[in-house]
Amino acid sequence: MRLSRAGLAGLVRRVLPPMAVMVAVVALWWWVVVRAESAIFPTPAAVVTGAWELVEDGTLWEHIRASLMRVGAGFGLAVLVGIPLGLWMGWVGAAYRTLNPIFQMLRPISPIAWIPLAILWFGVGDLSPIFLIFISSVFPLIVQTTSGVHTIDRRYLRAAANFGVSRAVLFRQVVIPAVLPEIIVGMRIGIGVAWLVVVAAEMIALRSGLGYLIMDSRNAGNRYDLVVAGMVIIGLIGLMLDGITRLLERLKTVRWRYVR
Amino acid sequence: MSADRPPKLSVRGVRKQFVSAKGGALPVIDDVSLDVQEGEFVAIVGPSGCGKSTLMNVIAGFERPDAGSVLLDGVPLAGPGPRGIVISQHGSVFPWLNVQQNLMFGLGDVHGADGGARAALADHYAAVVGLKGFESAYPHELSGGMLKRVELARALIVKPELLYLDEPFSALDALMNLRMRNELLRVLQEERHTVLLITHDVEEAVYMADRVLVLSPRPATIQASFEVTMPHPRRLGSPAAQVLREAILKELGL
Repeated sequence: MRLSRAGLAGLVRRVLPPMAVMVAVVALWWWVVVRAESAIFPTPAAVVTGAWELVEDGTLWEHIRASLMRVGAGFGLAVLVGIPLGLWMGWVGAAYRTLNPIFQMLRPISPIAWIPLAILWFGVGDLSPIFLIFISSVFPLIVQTTSGVHTIDRRYLRAAANFGVSRAVLFRQVVIPAVLPEIIVGMRIGIGVAWLVVVAAEMIALRSGLGYLIMDSRNAGNRYDLVVAGMVIIGLIGLMLDGITRLLERLKTVRWRYVR
Repeated sequence: MSADRPPKLSVRGVRKQFVSAKGGALPVIDDVSLDVQEGEFVAIVGPSGCGKSTLMNVIAGFERPDAGSVLLDGVPLAGPGPRGIVISQHGSVFPWLNVQQNLMFGLGDVHGADGGARAALADHYAAVVGLKGFESAYPHELSGGMLKRVELARALIVKPELLYLDEPFSALDALMNLRMRNELLRVLQEERHTVLLITHDVEEAVYMADRVLVLSPRPATIQASFEVTMPHPRRLGSPAAQVLREAILKELGL
């Protein structure tokens, strides 16, 4: 990537303030811990050393991989179910009127509330967290996709009717591209919720994953350095997942929505 | 006009009313009849809110009249279709398709067979409306005037028997408005089309049309009809054009 002088200055202006805030938070944390002479709560340095231990013995990667795999499976399933369902509900009024009330009722139930049922139905293996992630991310996907269909500008549907195109062309070239920006919003919300939930779900009874790492570190000898290390890693990966879904906004076919 | 050849477009006694917010009937179109012959350019002028767009919606098949009928080649119109393409004020160029894909839209499935021939046809029409070199540009990269050209080319490419222009250039700035009139006439010289233009701009009608119909205020009826016999290119400053303009404005009550 080539950067002009002005571009570089702009980058510095964008990156410097958030970096300064982070440095300030870490400094404050460090200062408070040292002043309080806490025996349990770790300093930033202790957290880094603790995390490095996990990197060296390879367990960190296993936890990350396990969590990401569960998110991938649950969220992938939600995409496969939620988007077609949302399109259908948006397009067919009867489907919307029939299904929307039940979904609106299920949607506000916290995924955490589903944990007992998940354990009952799926046991304590991988299936439980996958189910919880599915249930938490499928509703935002359905809702965003449906509202995307409902807000398609009428003049585009009229144009399609005017040209007398087939249903396949209508869907492929008008409805789906018109809704795509909303679908991407749904995916961003969905992946965010999924990542929140996987950690909570793994705290219950599994033997791997970042949520398990946090609970296990606390239970096995108050390793709060690892607890905090787990939290920081969860935050970083969440940021990364959001960044990846945001890349979708750069697709040429959705650029129209974000310019002007 | 021979009896065995019906007019291209025939509107017979069309009436349309809406239900007002208070529940009463609000007549919008009151017994409109008109004929447009093959290759003719007819303009309908009327004051704002007189029901021009409703009339266009009925003629293009998007709305059913309460009474009367719309005939294409003597056959009643069943609904909207590619035989008559509408170009309206705000336009409907798809923002998620590039220029070439927009032009190919009416030709059917882009991913289907014979894509090469379709693309070549699209590029040809892009050149006809002066968009050569912009085939892969997206609408948000184009100006208002260029978007109108895209819309015009997208309509022409399906070879519509009728071109319905509903205030086509009124969202453009004055200069671009004038330029697009000339562009439209130039394109129509290359490819003869039957055109029905609805506008509130008397000069636009006088500049382009073969015949100008004047609508009354709501409920709309056809109040007067003027033949425009001046040859193209017309000069709006010419005495004949001025006389015609004055006469039409007088019908509109100005």
